[in-house]
Amino acid sequence: MAEEFVNIEINGKPVKARKGEMIIRVTDANGDYVPRFCYHEKLAVAANCRMCLVEVEKAPKPLPACATPVAEGMKVFTRSPKAIAAQRAVMEFLLINHPLDCPICDQGGECELQDLALGFGRDSSRFTERKRAVPDENLGPLIATDMTRCIHCTRCIRFTEEIAGIQELGMIGRGEQMKVRRYIESTVDHELSGNVIDLCPVGALVSKPYRFSARAWEMVEVPLISPHDGVGSNLYGHVLRGKLKRVVPRANEAINEVWIADRDRFSYEGVYSPERLLRPMIRQGEQWVETDWESALAKAAEGVRAHSAALGVLASASSTLEELYLAGRIARGLGSANIDSRLRQTDGRDERNDPLYPSLGMRIADVDALDALLVVGANLRREVPILAHRVRKAALRGAKVAFLNPAHFRYHFPVASALEAAPSRLVVDLAAVLAAALEDAGKPAPAHVAAALANVQISAAHRALAAALAHGERRALWLGALALRHPRFADLRALAAVLAETTGAALGILAEGANAAGAYLAGAVPHRAPGGGALAKSGLTAAEMLARPLQAYVLLGCEPWLDAPASGAENILAQAQCVVAITPFASDTLRAVAHVLLPAGTFAETSGTYVNLEGLWQSQSGAATPVGEARPAWKILRVLGNMLDLSGFDYLSSEQVRDELAGLCGAGTAYAAPRYAGDHRVATDVAAAQVVDVPMYRIDALVRRAASLQNTREGRTPAVTY
Amino acid sequence: MSSEKDTAPAGGAAGTGLLAQHTRERIDAWVAKFPPGRQRSACIEALRAAQEQNQGHLTVPLMDAVAEYLHLPPIQVYEVASFYSMFELHPCGRHHVSICTNISCMLNGADQLVAHAERKLGIKLDESTADGRIFLKEEHECLAACTGAPMMMVDHVFHEHLTPEKLDQILDELK
Repeated sequence: MAEEFVNIEINGKPVKARKGEMIIRVTDANGDYVPRFCYHEKLAVAANCRMCLVEVEKAPKPLPACATPVAEGMKVFTRSPKAIAAQRAVMEFLLINHPLDCPICDQGGECELQDLALGFGRDSSRFTERKRAVPDENLGPLIATDMTRCIHCTRCIRFTEEIAGIQELGMIGRGEQMKVRRYIESTVDHELSGNVIDLCPVGALVSKPYRFSARAWEMVEVPLISPHDGVGSNLYGHVLRGKLKRVVPRANEAINEVWIADRDRFSYEGVYSPERLLRPMIRQGEQWVETDWESALAKAAEGVRAHSAALGVLASASSTLEELYLAGRIARGLGSANIDSRLRQTDGRDERNDPLYPSLGMRIADVDALDALLVVGANLRREVPILAHRVRKAALRGAKVAFLNPAHFRYHFPVASALEAAPSRLVVDLAAVLAAALEDAGKPAPAHVAAALANVQISAAHRALAAALAHGERRALWLGALALRHPRFADLRALAAVLAETTGAALGILAEGANAAGAYLAGAVPHRAPGGGALAKSGLTAAEMLARPLQAYVLLGCEPWLDAPASGAENILAQAQCVVAITPFASDTLRAVAHVLLPAGTFAETSGTYVNLEGLWQSQSGAATPVGEARPAWKILRVLGNMLDLSGFDYLSSEQVRDELAGLCGAGTAYAAPRYAGDHRVATDVAAAQVVDVPMYRIDALVRRAASLQNTREGRTPAVTY
Repeated sequence: MSSEKDTAPAGGAAGTGLLAQHTRERIDAWVAKFPPGRQRSACIEALRAAQEQNQGHLTVPLMDAVAEYLHLPPIQVYEVASFYSMFELHPCGRHHVSICTNISCMLNGADQLVAHAERKLGIKLDESTADGRIFLKEEHECLAACTGAPMMMVDHVFHEHLTPEKLDQILDELK
């Protein structure tokens, strides 16, 4: 479809603009700033603040730039006397009821109203009447309110309605009585709710955990990458004198747009948890003693060397690429292939057929444009909130989104079809969907799945899922965390791969952790060498390492008794001769099983790289000064490598580590969306199966210690085993 | 923090069952006037029907019932109900009497009429009679019937060229 353009003039400059586009988009694109409060490029036009009034030739009065479409020959003046007079008048009205409390307002210094009052307002007010006061709302533990400051731009209301998909805030009353609030008191419970803090142009909605703790102009802004899910949301850490004070989104249209999940925004509280390990510690008998790095590392090296014959390394999949690579090098340098970061996965039967790394199978930005999506075993909003938001966009566009899940999960978009069944039925149900799809396509079943399809009963629900996936042209089939944690993941994946092939869908594996893909490339899985090559002999998987005790373990940023599904991981670890934990946090459970504790930096205190589920390498430099004597984990591993007399551990920077690994990966660093091409023979029996749905704020060690998130409704939700 | 407890919308349990059959029929008739999927447009009329069914005022459970019936988020219904002056969100008399006191009516003796009504009913503006029969609304903007000033609106019906006698008669006829 050819786009139509019109010729307009902005402040005398001729400009080409898309027909029907609003003036403000054209002025923004051309660098002519028009002041605004209610307009936001990601939200519907409301045109209720009137701040963006501009003069248009032949129009009898100033027009709102956000709601006036361009037309051929239009002449727009954004700084003419008429426009300036209109903008000043609007500013005067907006300030009638706005309190002059900037010195005690958290928004001071980064306030759109402050900035525009300076740039477009008058120096004094002619208004001498009383200002109104508005009672505050309690929106829960994340968002603090000062509703007297509200200027009724309705960005927050439109966000809850349009982006979150559940309108929780509204405009109650009229005239001077008008207030933004909830009519019935309750909290705002949405995984993206924190974004209203950024959207609010004034200090009416501010961050509750960060409130009153720093000023915008005192802080340094450092780019970071989210360490919680495979999306790799771009963040800014705001740092004051080495301390991370808050996290805000860094706009990246290809990944997180301008949003981040609450988990990414508020997990930084965990960095300063009382459970932070401040100094290296070693266990002497039943006592823990603080020691210096030298002795602690020597003790660790001695321990793992003595038991290298039966050594297991368990690493969090949210560790940096550099940490995972060095941990793998140490394990293999000591002659052990037992390293794994897939802590919640239990089925390693078909891992030799794993693609280069678990991949979404498509670009994250292309999710919006999907026509059909079948999601198998995923609590999408909980696991990958930003992807759930993009799926919602696709669904509202008309995509058919279908779910095959062990339970009903609530989505704020139209669901084309959903089938809920016990985990023991998941393989059989997916086989039935595949059978229906093959029947529709008139294709025979490939040999390795034929036996599984032979006796399946195809119900109307199975046909509906298959039909949904056949809709349109751009299709995808995703296996989520609940599928990955399923004891028969190998069967699910083999069936899904054939189903994807049959329907022309991209197969996505939503592996857990911020670096699930990176762990494969770094060799932090038992069957892959650094660079992604297959190993002749695989080591033990995480599940195997925690099923029977080994002699020694190295724990990298993980807490297996919380991060792994098998109960009693701590009892297995307690039987080892030596447990070395490289960890930011030391809980009582860890102290009970470990022998050496090495304090590591959190994601905010280390430089490093994360590879997201589309295979994108994103590096960051450290933002905050490590707490106490904590050090970035890659440095700890480097020294440990040297103490173990392993060669090639004299890195000078994390970039050097990364570049060495990138060299081993070769083409693996380019965008490829590696696909599963295995022929795993799918079993047909219905075996008992359980999967755990881990709540969003209990997914890793950092977020588990973010106090405010723990106080939300989701934070108080118990894990459910299906 | 009281909001920490689970506060499901108060009407959730009762659901649309709070709406009487004749109220639903009225709402359905209004929904039918708008294109499919635009049932939000019927919100005002739905609230009017619900308010009449409830003897003159809306409650949170009733608004929730309207929201559920129209498939709207409850907050959108609260927004409408709190915006328009014809909706009462607190218990009040079943007949809504608004004596216009805007300029034309004022010049023609609206203030005396208000005083007369207050004396007769024994209540002030914004109050209801003890028997729940009459609610004297506090203020209404000009209802655009200046040619018939002084005027008042009783349950959405205009009465013009009022005198104290005529006012008595109209009020006495309200049951």
